[in-house]
Amino acid sequence: MSLFKTLTEKPWERKGVIGGLNPEGAFESPPERVALGFFLTIASVIFSMFGVSYVIRMSLPDWEPLAEPSQLWLNTGLLVISSVLFQWARNTANAGKQKNLMTAFIGGGVFALLFIAGQMLTWEGLQASGFYVASNPANSFFYLLTGLHVAHLLGGLWVWSKSSIRLISGSKPEDVRLSIELCTVYWHFLLIIWLIIFAILSNT
Amino acid sequence: MAYVPLADQDSEMEMHHPHSWVTKYVWSQDHKVIAIQYGGLAIAVGVVALVLSLLMRMQLGFPETFDLIDPSSYYQSVTMHGMIMVVYMLTALLLGGFGNYLIPLMCGARDMVFPFLNMLSVWVYALSVLILMSSFFVSGGPTGAGWTLYPPQTSMAGTPGHDMGIVLMLLSLAVFIVAFTMGGLNYVTTILQYRCRGLTMMRLPLTVWGIFIATILGLFAFPALLVSAIMMLFDMLLGTSFFMPAVIESGTPLDHNGGSPILFQHLFWFFGHPEVYIVALPAFGLVSDVLSTHARKNIFGYRMMVWAIIAIGGLSFIVWAHHMYVSGMHPYFGFFFATTTLIIAVPTALKVYNWVLTLWEGDIRLNAPMYFAIGFIFTFIHGGLTGLFLGNVVIDLPLSDTYFVVAHFHMVMGVSPVLVIFAALYHWYPKVTGRMFHEGMAKAHFWCTFLGTYAIYLPMHYLGFLGVPRRYYAMGSTDFIPASAQDLNVVITYAALFVGAAQLLFFINIFWSLRNGEKAGPNPWGSASLEWQTPDTPPAHGNWGDELPTVYRWAYDYSVPGAHEDFIPQNVPESDEPTADEQHFDPDHDESKADA
Repeated sequence: MSLFKTLTEKPWERKGVIGGLNPEGAFESPPERVALGFFLTIASVIFSMFGVSYVIRMSLPDWEPLAEPSQLWLNTGLLVISSVLFQWARNTANAGKQKNLMTAFIGGGVFALLFIAGQMLTWEGLQASGFYVASNPANSFFYLLTGLHVAHLLGGLWVWSKSSIRLISGSKPEDVRLSIELCTVYWHFLLIIWLIIFAILSNT
Repeated sequence: MAYVPLADQDSEMEMHHPHSWVTKYVWSQDHKVIAIQYGGLAIAVGVVALVLSLLMRMQLGFPETFDLIDPSSYYQSVTMHGMIMVVYMLTALLLGGFGNYLIPLMCGARDMVFPFLNMLSVWVYALSVLILMSSFFVSGGPTGAGWTLYPPQTSMAGTPGHDMGIVLMLLSLAVFIVAFTMGGLNYVTTILQYRCRGLTMMRLPLTVWGIFIATILGLFAFPALLVSAIMMLFDMLLGTSFFMPAVIESGTPLDHNGGSPILFQHLFWFFGHPEVYIVALPAFGLVSDVLSTHARKNIFGYRMMVWAIIAIGGLSFIVWAHHMYVSGMHPYFGFFFATTTLIIAVPTALKVYNWVLTLWEGDIRLNAPMYFAIGFIFTFIHGGLTGLFLGNVVIDLPLSDTYFVVAHFHMVMGVSPVLVIFAALYHWYPKVTGRMFHEGMAKAHFWCTFLGTYAIYLPMHYLGFLGVPRRYYAMGSTDFIPASAQDLNVVITYAALFVGAAQLLFFINIFWSLRNGEKAGPNPWGSASLEWQTPDTPPAHGNWGDELPTVYRWAYDYSVPGAHEDFIPQNVPESDEPTADEQHFDPDHDESKADA
């Protein structure tokens, strides 16, 4: 869809079926992919709003930087593996192959679960060392941002679990290809968001 | 991947075809039933908010008369009235109600893209209303912090509902945003991907354009409210200090320290100002279609109208701080926001001119929807002009906390959209129910509402110039306010009670006409747009019978020279026009011949 061409069309002049006999969506994509695109934009807006709030709040005098636990590196590794496995599943499904598809797709979700477990361990460790959510705004933001990221992952895992059930109950690769693709895109998005959050938290 | 029309997806249709009373009317996935559920619930909460406003008016008109209204319940009424009207009534009715009903019909689709998500959306909305309403019954009652919920006063003793009330409000807003997002993803995806054959974006009626851009605004603006609600909930429940500064409450320092209340204001208004246009843009679209149909003329400057909707949508994200002039800001910052605010008047004025020019030399049919639509032009111009006053920093500062602001936003954001909503409800009532409403009763409803609301809000401008402060439970004795201001308050209260009572005409009319109204037929207004061309009235499940429509023209072919009727529906091919050679279009652009 050319935006300029669309918006400068003169509908009062043009009559007849425009675009031939096949109706066309604005994007050559299934609606699920378009909707996911919008959702990712909304999620980006949410995270950027928190980012802006973080920067503004950081500039106030009571801010005491939090030393991020090294366990976060391990957790990051788990999420990277999860994303890689999803990509593997996507490539396998695109090639129409059955072999390794289930291993890759279900493995991706399991590594995401391990990442969430890792994040929870990090929170427990911080609590045990006396870094509570309310003791300093830096801590508050740490729990808030990591928690929000985990909440988004949980939403993804809900879709993943539904697709996994379809896969286990014998759906063909082409039937679940779109679900796998959308899960993969979502996982990559959440990995990028996590890397940005991690970078911001570590450098401030 | 090419678009596959829903008509070709039998299994898809079968999946959500209703099989029982419950799946047909309660857990329905049909966009029309969902629209009525959304609309009905929104109007019901709107009535609650209307009653709250009448309570406030009783207190203001006759202070020290009613035991029922104390300062706390007054502030709770102010807050709940504002929040319910803006979010739970207007947003839900315009997007959830009209959006759901009209998008698939105007796009020539069988339903929304994701019917199940659509059903979830309306029930999650119902949940948010339930949470909000439950705050009336908890200890301390609902929050009385004002609809802007500014910290720190929201959560401090002295503000009514500072414990449970505000928590429930924030929770309810978060749930509402989830519901809106589910609905919104459906609206934009349906408009982009599920238009029928021949229906290009620029052939869409302006209603769809208004809803489309408003939904995009909502999808990008509501996150700011969600973010601020989450952080405020953290402040309240977990003791963090995102927004809470160091405060001493009744001599005791609170545990909070160093938070920024101004940060909340920025986040709130980054949502709050686009919210004005989330309400206004669908209303602009609806009123354009009502005006064009009943003036029997194509909408003047269709392309300009689309561009203006997009321009207003874009600009609405860079004007938010004009709500915060009195919070204090760098003068250049204020200058920037005053400038952008005044610039947004340009596309808005353009729309008003085009509405008036649509009426110019039209074959105007003065039926009830047209009354409301023309009434809207009056109220919107009045409300818009006072916005120019308030957009300027130096004029805003003395007027900001007075009744002038109350008058301004009620004219522009209260009365105007509500008049459009009534215009649209009367206009599409025959399609939704298959019956005509009672014309006389509808016109009486118009005059009572139109003149009554002027009697309420016009004097408020004057009260504002006198310096009467808004949000005060009682004025007490103030030297600079003459005693006669109270007389005006009495008159306003009488007018408000009258307008409130006059709404009964509307409810009586729509319920009475369900059984007793004349049969409407498929297209009583002679409208050209697609929703009036359905094979059944009201449209059956799936909307279009066996075959989806094909669109050959835009939605505004009214009074086309040489045509044998004064409108040509969108789905009529050129070959069916008896005198096509006399028409105004250029045959070089005729693509149907090229396709053949």
